[in-house]
Amino acid sequence: MPLDVKDGLKVWQRRDRNSQLAIWAVQFAAVAIFVYCWQLISDKTIWMFVTDAPRQAADMASRMMPPKWDYLSTLWIPVWDTIAIATLGTLMAIVMAFPIAFLAARNTTPSKTFIRPIALFIIVSSRSINSLLWALMLVTVIGPGVFAGVLAIGFRSIGFCAKLLYEAIEEIDETQVEAITATGANGPQILNYGIVPQILPAFAGISVFRWDINIRESTVLGLVGAGGIGLQLNASINTVTWTQVSVILLVILGTVIVSEWVSAKVRHAII
Amino acid sequence: MSHPTDSLTGRRWKRPPFIASPLLRWGLAVGAAIYLAVAFGTMEVNWSRVADGLPRAQRFLASFFPPDFTSRAEDIFDGILESLWMTVISTVVGIAISIPVGLGAARNLAPRPVYLFSRAVLAVSRTFPEIILALFAVKLFGFGPFAGFLALSIGTIGFYGKLLAEDIEDMDPVQAEAVKATGSSWFQWLNYAVQPQVMPRMIGLGMYRFDINFRESAVVGIVGGGGIGATLLTSFDRYEFDSSAAILLIIIGIVMVVEYSSGYIRRWVQ
Repeated sequence: MPLDVKDGLKVWQRRDRNSQLAIWAVQFAAVAIFVYCWQLISDKTIWMFVTDAPRQAADMASRMMPPKWDYLSTLWIPVWDTIAIATLGTLMAIVMAFPIAFLAARNTTPSKTFIRPIALFIIVSSRSINSLLWALMLVTVIGPGVFAGVLAIGFRSIGFCAKLLYEAIEEIDETQVEAITATGANGPQILNYGIVPQILPAFAGISVFRWDINIRESTVLGLVGAGGIGLQLNASINTVTWTQVSVILLVILGTVIVSEWVSAKVRHAII
Repeated sequence: MSHPTDSLTGRRWKRPPFIASPLLRWGLAVGAAIYLAVAFGTMEVNWSRVADGLPRAQRFLASFFPPDFTSRAEDIFDGILESLWMTVISTVVGIAISIPVGLGAARNLAPRPVYLFSRAVLAVSRTFPEIILALFAVKLFGFGPFAGFLALSIGTIGFYGKLLAEDIEDMDPVQAEAVKATGSSWFQWLNYAVQPQVMPRMIGLGMYRFDINFRESAVVGIVGGGGIGATLLTSFDRYEFDSSAAILLIIIGIVMVVEYSSGYIRRWVQ
């Protein structure tokens, strides 16, 4: 423990000189990077618009009031579509993520040198492309509509579910697998009786968690034409009917809060 | 699967079901089946359009290869850099703001009114997806990276503040009490009792949020929030799919690099 002598008294210090200097250097570099990045963004910003923004925001808020409540009756079908996109997309994702997770987990993959990297690449590319980008591509290919939304959510979620699932598979208790192997079980039987029961709670938890995230994401897919409540949001913003926009925002808020509550309850019940 | 012991015991072993209560089990199964049937029924799939899309998908994928990194290299480079700045700034600013909000939202730290207020801030900034925030930021602040930066920062506050508050609520009260017993002031107490307990996890989560922000910065451009998303959208609109493929590959590459380095830093910190 480093001590400093000040006026003949020993004073405790948290760190010795070298680590203190190292921390200062890191902090200095971080501040420098931050200032540099801020400078670059600020060059591309028209500050007049920014200083004007509070007035604009007040103006927008005043035009959103009061919400046009009778618009609500036309929103039930888009809300239903949004939930259907999230649910069916999640379903599609977990069906496809299940085998990929087994191929990617270090302890169950058939080949560490060939198949595991492929499975990991599928996981990474599915994860790094946002569902909105997937939707953009799918709308170009199969046309606008709910189906493109379902596929977009599905493709995006495969990587997420498979990643969490293969981490769960790698953390299983090997002694149970060994016990099943000792009874003379073959490969599929080991999988079915030794591994699957151990990861089933994690699997259910991951699915519900992803469903909750997908509800949130499917509300915006309509911006690129892939169905759901985003279509109405986009249309209302383009026609500057702000009283409808506020209703849509409230509906999205309600849907997201309800789905979060459901997902928290279900996960609480599982774990 | 009959077994020699079956005849001795008179019954067969069956795997215990995942959901113990049979009523709940069958209820959930029937409910799920009905919901799926209705959901599929109401989903209007234009199958002829989808069938049209299949050869189109083939051409689409074919035009992705080989990815063209060169002909739009300058635009792509600018877009990627803009995304990276936006990610850095919004992560830093978001985390800086989320620290006081997170402290206020921890039940064992803050008085009740502050707690409720901070929780409300977190709930509102968490519910809306970044794209919707970006949409409104673009309306208010004009096109460009500033709008994207604001949207990502607000998203970061909701995410990071909530996790920070939960982590503080889970901390070991014994250490906190020991530091308090030395007669420390509130800030000293925060610095020596609370911060060391939550720091390792929070650094990891900060790296994770950086990763998320980069991925999101690729889409805020679609609604005009600057970054690589704008370049990507333009390349789609011009049917220059080989450039789009190049952009997507670069995004995947950067996400992989960030993910691996964040995993490395997290191991180093813990």
